[in-house]
Amino acid sequence: MSRPPKLLWTRSRDFRALPFQVSDVPPAGWTALGTLLAEGKITLLGLWAEAPGVAMALYDPATRRVAVTRVRSRRGAVPSIGASHPPAQRLERAAADLTGLRFENAPDPRPWLDHGRWDIAHPLAGGAPHPGQPPYAFLPVKGESLHQVPVGPVHAGTIEPGHFRFTAQGETVVRLEERLGYVHKGIERLMQGADLARGAELAGRVSGDSTVAYAWAFAQAAEAALEIEVPARAFFLRGIMAELERLANHLGDFGAICNDAAFSMMLAQASVLREEVLRAASDCFGHRFMRDRIVPGGVTADLSAEGASRLRALLDRIRDRFPVLVDLYDNTASLLDRTVGTGWLSPTLAGQFGAGGFVGRASGRDYDTRRDLRYAPYDMVQVEVAGRKEGDVNARVWIRIKEVEHSLGLITQMLNTLPAGPILAEPVSLGETRSGLGLVEGFRGDILAWLSLDADGRIARCHMRDPSWFQWPLLEAVIEGNIIADFPLCNKSFNCSYSGHDL
Amino acid sequence: MRRFILEGLIGRALTETAPGPDAEALEQIAASLSARARKRLGRSLAIRQVDAGSCNGCELEINALSNPYYDLERFGLHFVASPRHADVLMVTGPVTRNMAEALQRTYNAMPAPKWVITVGDCALDGGCFAGSYAITGGVSDVVPVDIHVPGCPPEPVKLLSALCAMIAGN
Repeated sequence: MSRPPKLLWTRSRDFRALPFQVSDVPPAGWTALGTLLAEGKITLLGLWAEAPGVAMALYDPATRRVAVTRVRSRRGAVPSIGASHPPAQRLERAAADLTGLRFENAPDPRPWLDHGRWDIAHPLAGGAPHPGQPPYAFLPVKGESLHQVPVGPVHAGTIEPGHFRFTAQGETVVRLEERLGYVHKGIERLMQGADLARGAELAGRVSGDSTVAYAWAFAQAAEAALEIEVPARAFFLRGIMAELERLANHLGDFGAICNDAAFSMMLAQASVLREEVLRAASDCFGHRFMRDRIVPGGVTADLSAEGASRLRALLDRIRDRFPVLVDLYDNTASLLDRTVGTGWLSPTLAGQFGAGGFVGRASGRDYDTRRDLRYAPYDMVQVEVAGRKEGDVNARVWIRIKEVEHSLGLITQMLNTLPAGPILAEPVSLGETRSGLGLVEGFRGDILAWLSLDADGRIARCHMRDPSWFQWPLLEAVIEGNIIADFPLCNKSFNCSYSGHDL
Repeated sequence: MRRFILEGLIGRALTETAPGPDAEALEQIAASLSARARKRLGRSLAIRQVDAGSCNGCELEINALSNPYYDLERFGLHFVASPRHADVLMVTGPVTRNMAEALQRTYNAMPAPKWVITVGDCALDGGCFAGSYAITGGVSDVVPVDIHVPGCPPEPVKLLSALCAMIAGN
């Protein structure tokens, strides 16, 4: 086995201010990195096709540094990372669908995003007419008295589409296989050749519930690539918007998880608080989800003095009301009976997959981009990171509860120290090709944005990796041995994004 | 628990006065459905929602319709799990090619008379995703559409107003 190649590891404060330097490696070095990932020494942040090969973003938890590395394809093929490190498998299948690249020794060569329904095949590589595709082969299941329950893509509730193939023995799930890609919109192809404004518009529509976090990640990548000095006030306003988004989503999830355990009153109570967050956001920033408010260079909506007091009143209201709901959750035995011990995710798997957000933090993975790869304004406020080890639905609920409390504190801190001044700096193209990396802690985990700009400042390549890429596969593991009736509960406690994943 | 029940009994309801029926939606409905069909549907409508490729923003606002502020069910409107129980198909998203067949089959499974209401800018013509290889270009390319509610995403009040228009004429 060859030695792992030397990579350029970059500290957070450097890659957030400067263009990213990519480390090119030979195929043997690429394979060695796969081994390093499999050993758990480093964490996979993302893997995507980028001409003339495949790129990979890596995180070294020991030194808190990030590297982006690239391998050149030879005769249309690169070595598979997924062969030694399973978290890369779906990313490789997606890259193969989009570009036609082959991943040598890939354990699962089936298509992923391409369902055989597009006019063209390999859309990121020119796009030849689609030759069609044989029916998707689900994994074979063998055993006595097994039955299968196919669910979706159209589900029973108002949620996103995806297909779940359950194999059960009696009531117990012995295997869940997911099939995603139904909401693939071709965003990466739409990004190619677009200007930054159009790119920001698309980035904010990758996953609607994380529109602030996505727009921020995209803006970070653009600002690093073009070395834009963002005004301090804009950083704080971004922070306030991002924490409002986290509040709204966590409150919504808290109610929805309880509702999936048939405790509908909590949904009603929590959805009132969620609605109040969205209304405050609309009053202060002009849009309930604060969509299109973060752009490369700063923000497009300022916070007035009335807005600030509106937010303080909101925080007081949640501080007053939320603990009562938490108390109710913690003292309702019939509810805890459903959540405690259900859908257990082992710390080993959470670590191996680099699971972000509440999924990782409820299973002992102590990571938060806001603290570990700090970015403004989180370097100017006190950031607390919630953590649990139990890894069940209850633990994921409790991480959300703690994060609601932390977000209230963060918004207060940011309001107290909000600097005056401009909120937007115009991005200017520097007349050369540049790349930048953005990493933002959205409500469900770390969102990665990789951006390459051409000499005219147009987008040559933009890849956005949703935290769900590393959480969806874990849901398959978590449901094993649980009863089918507990699937909605497990699923909601993960609350993965379909749109963010399918892109 | 007792506290919540007492609050519910004594306290003021959060639910707000309903918005009036949306004039534009009212016109669209009058044009698309005969008085007889409307009479048959009555004032109580069952809605089946299908996400045909949205970013999930519209779903969040559609779900918000059920919160105590908007309380959709007071109008006799409710979401159902099966298309076979539905009078109204509510569709979001630019209709990805991967979802087109599922949308078509959901529509086919609904008994007539039936309405289709589209929600969000991308459901109209693909919106910001228009031109992509992966989308069909709007809901009306796949199923006939009666009412469209614009917005990215439309606010719950706008959705409510359009839905009120559906039952207003009956």
